[in-house]
Amino acid sequence: MTQPASPPRPGETLKTSPPDGIASWRTLAARADVRTLSLLGVLAALIVIGGITKPDEFLDTRNLQLVLTQASVIGVVTVGMTFVITSGGIDLSVGAIVALSSVWATTVATQEYGFAGVLFTAVLVGVGCGLVNGLLIAYGAMVPFIATLAMLASARGLALQITDGKTQIVTIDGILKLGERDSYVLGIPPLVLVFAVVTVIGWLILNRTTFGRRTVAVGGNAEAARLAGIDVRRQRLYLYLLSGLCCGIAAFLLIILSGSGQNTNGNLYELDAIAAAIIGGTLLSGGRGTITGSVLGVLIFTTITNIFALNNLQSDVQQIAKGAIIVAAVLVQRRTASTT
Amino acid sequence: MAPEPPLLTMSGITKSFPGVRALDGVDLDVQAGEVHCLLGQNGAGKSTLIKVLAGAHQPDDGTIGWRGAPVTLKSPIAAMRLGIATIYQELDLVEGLSVAENVHLGHEPTSAGFVVRGKAARASTAALLKRLGHPEIDPARLVGELSAAQQQIVSMARALSHDVRLIVMDEPSAALDPDEVDNLFRIVGDLTTEGVAVVYISHRLEEIRRIGDRVTVLKDGRAVAGGLPAKSTPTSEVVALMTGRNVEYVFPDRPSTRPPGEPVLTVQGLSREGEFESLDLDLRPGEIVGLAGLVGSGRSEILETIYGARKPTAGRISVDGRPLRPGSVRAAVRAGLGLAPEERKAQALLMLESVTRNVSVSSMSRFAHGGWIDRRAERGAARAATRELSLRPDNPSVPVRTLSGGNQQKAVLARWLLRGCRVLLLDEPTRGVDVGARAELYAVIRRLADEGLAVLLVSSEVPEVLGLADRVLVLREGRVVHTAPAQELDEHRVLDLVMEGTS
Repeated sequence: MTQPASPPRPGETLKTSPPDGIASWRTLAARADVRTLSLLGVLAALIVIGGITKPDEFLDTRNLQLVLTQASVIGVVTVGMTFVITSGGIDLSVGAIVALSSVWATTVATQEYGFAGVLFTAVLVGVGCGLVNGLLIAYGAMVPFIATLAMLASARGLALQITDGKTQIVTIDGILKLGERDSYVLGIPPLVLVFAVVTVIGWLILNRTTFGRRTVAVGGNAEAARLAGIDVRRQRLYLYLLSGLCCGIAAFLLIILSGSGQNTNGNLYELDAIAAAIIGGTLLSGGRGTITGSVLGVLIFTTITNIFALNNLQSDVQQIAKGAIIVAAVLVQRRTASTT
Repeated sequence: MAPEPPLLTMSGITKSFPGVRALDGVDLDVQAGEVHCLLGQNGAGKSTLIKVLAGAHQPDDGTIGWRGAPVTLKSPIAAMRLGIATIYQELDLVEGLSVAENVHLGHEPTSAGFVVRGKAARASTAALLKRLGHPEIDPARLVGELSAAQQQIVSMARALSHDVRLIVMDEPSAALDPDEVDNLFRIVGDLTTEGVAVVYISHRLEEIRRIGDRVTVLKDGRAVAGGLPAKSTPTSEVVALMTGRNVEYVFPDRPSTRPPGEPVLTVQGLSREGEFESLDLDLRPGEIVGLAGLVGSGRSEILETIYGARKPTAGRISVDGRPLRPGSVRAAVRAGLGLAPEERKAQALLMLESVTRNVSVSSMSRFAHGGWIDRRAERGAARAATRELSLRPDNPSVPVRTLSGGNQQKAVLARWLLRGCRVLLLDEPTRGVDVGARAELYAVIRRLADEGLAVLLVSSEVPEVLGLADRVLVLREGRVVHTAPAQELDEHRVLDLVMEGTS
C-alpha cells in the first residue's frame, strides 16, 4: 500500500493530541483499526490462498504487477465514487463515462493531436459528463440515482455511436510505450503509480481539507450542513465533477492498458466501484467515507478475480463469491458499528 | 354521569424515556358518550399518554381497564381491536392510495381472503364520508389530491371504519377553517350521542368549553386535575393548574442598565403566507428578546425566515442597517447570524462527527490555507470555544452523539461563538435538556448577551421566555398581539394572551 494508513501511529497520537485526548483517540484508532485490519486480513488470506493453490503463477512478479495494473483502472474510479457516496449520493454512470471518454479520446481525429490531445480529451469528456450529472442533481434537484442512470444510458449510447461498435486502435507510440515493461519504474507499472497518486491525493482531500469536511457534512446531515452555512448545492456539483474527472483519468489508463478505445469499456464498473467502497467501510447513506478502505476493497476484488482465473474457475463462480463477500462485509460492519 | 363502570380507566401510568420521566403516575377515566379533554403545556405528557392509549408505547407501570376488565395494549392493532382509534396531529395517510384504500388499509373487504373488493370498499367509504358530512369527497380519488381539511375527514373515516368505541383526537382543529371546525364539532356531537367516547386534545380553551364535558389537566407528566367540568371551571383555575410549577428554574440576573446602542438586527413587516404576518422587530447588542406563543403560532418559522432558511413573502431584514438577501442562509451567516434550531439532531449536528468538527463546521475557512485544514489550530479554537461554555466532557475529540442534550446544545452555541456571530437565534434552546442542566444553559445565554451578542429566543415554555428575555413579543396565530418588558408580564397573562387573545 502506498497511501498513508488512516489510523495514526502511536508516536503521532501522543505528539499531536493533548493528554486528555488520548483515550478517545485510542478508541477512534481502535475502531478504524478493526475495519482496516479486517480488510487487510481478508487480503492476506486471499494472498495465502493464491500462494497455496498456484504457488508459481500467483506469486510471480509479473502476475502481481498484472493484479495491481488491473486494480488501477477501477481503483481510480472508486476513489471518485467514494467521495460521491460519502456525500450521500451515488454515481451509476462511471462505467459509461469511462467508455465514452476512452472512445472520444481515441478517434482518428483526436489522435492527430498526439499524446496530450488524447489525455486532454479523456479528462475533459469525463469532467463534462460529471458537470452534467452535477448540474442535474445539485441545481435540477434530480435524485442522483436517476440523473446518473440517465447519464449511463446516454453516454453508452454516444460511445456506441462514435465507434459504430468498432475497436479504435491507438497509434501513438508515447501512449503504447507506457503499457510496456520498459516504462516500469522500479518494477512498478506507470498505471499503478497514477493509481497511487490519485489515492494519496484523494485521501488528503477527504481527510485534510475543507472540501473533504464539507463532503462528509453534506452526507452526514445535509440540512444541518445547509443551516451551518455550507453551500450544499455547489458542493454536490463539485463532487460529481470530481467523479467525472476520476473516470476521465481511468479512461486514459484503460487506453494505455488495452492500446485501444472501445464502447464496451468500463462495463459494470459502477457496481464494482460501489461494492469496493461499501466493503471498504464507506456508508452508503453518507456521512462516513474511507479511501483506505475503498482501495483495499478494490484490491480484494481484483485479487479474487485473479486467483479464480489462475485456477480456471469460470466467471460465474467469481460473481457468486463477490456477492457473498459484499454481504459478509456489510454484516460484519453492522456488528462492529452497533457495538461502538 | 351514569353510574355504570367507565369505558376506560388508566391508573398510575408511568413512562420514562432516557433522561425524562414523561408520565409519572397519570390517572384518566373516560365514560362512554363523553368528550373528555386533555389539557397541558408542551412537554406535559399529552402525546405520550395518547400513544400509550393507542398501543404505540408500553407503559413502565400502571394499569389500563377497558369496560371494567384489565387489558394490555401491546400494539396499535390490539388497541384497534378493542375499539380505540387515534387521529394523530400529523396525518398518517398514504398519499398515493385512494380515499377508499386508505380508509380500509389493513382491513380491506376481500373475497376468498385476498382479492380486494374495491367496489364494496368504495361504497362503505362513501357511506362513512356521508355520515361525516362530506359526501363530496370521491372515494376513488387519491388522498394526495385532497386539501388538508379533507384529509382530516378521511383520517376520521378511517377511525370510524373500525367498530370504534373511543376516538382520540390530537389537536384536530389545528389545520381547519372555522366552518370546518363547526362541522368537526357536529361530528363529535353525533358520535357521542351514539355512545362513542372522544378524548379531545386542544390548546384552545374556547373549543374545550364548546364541546367538552370534562377536563383532565396534565403538567410535568402528572395529572394535576382529573374530570373537572369543562364548561364551568374558570379559565384562571385551568391556567393556574397548567402553570403551577414543581421545579423552580434559576434564571440569571438581568443587567441593571441596558446599553442603548443601535439595533444590530432590524425586521420590518416580515411575512410568510399562512405562517406569520407583518412582524416588526429591533434587536440590540446585549439584549435578549423572547417570542412566546403556542405551537403553530409561527415562532420557529419566524426564526428560520430571518435566518434565510425560508423565503419571506414580504418584508425586510437588515443587519447593521444593511439589507440582508432574503432566503439565503449563507448571506445570513456571513452577516453574523447564527441559528440553534429546534431539532438539534436533525438540523444542527453531524452526529457521526466529533465535537471539534461540529464546532468548526461554520468557520472552517479560518483554519484553512488554500483549503488545507490546520487541524491543530482548529482543535485549539474548538477547545477554547467549548471551554468558554463549560462543555462537558472537556475533550472536543469525543463524538458529539455521546454528549447529553445540554452539552450538545452548547456545541451548537460554541459553533456560533467560534464563528464570531453577533445575532444568535435560539429555537427551543432547552428542548431535551435535563432540568438540572437548564440553569447552566440560561447562564451561558445571558453571559453571551452581556458580552454583546443579540439574542432572539423562541420557547414554548412561557416561564423560560419570561425568566430569560428582557423583552417579550407574544404571538398568536402568526401575529404579535402584545409586546412588553419581561418584568411586566407573568405566566397567566401570557397564557391568556396566547390562548384566548383577550387582553
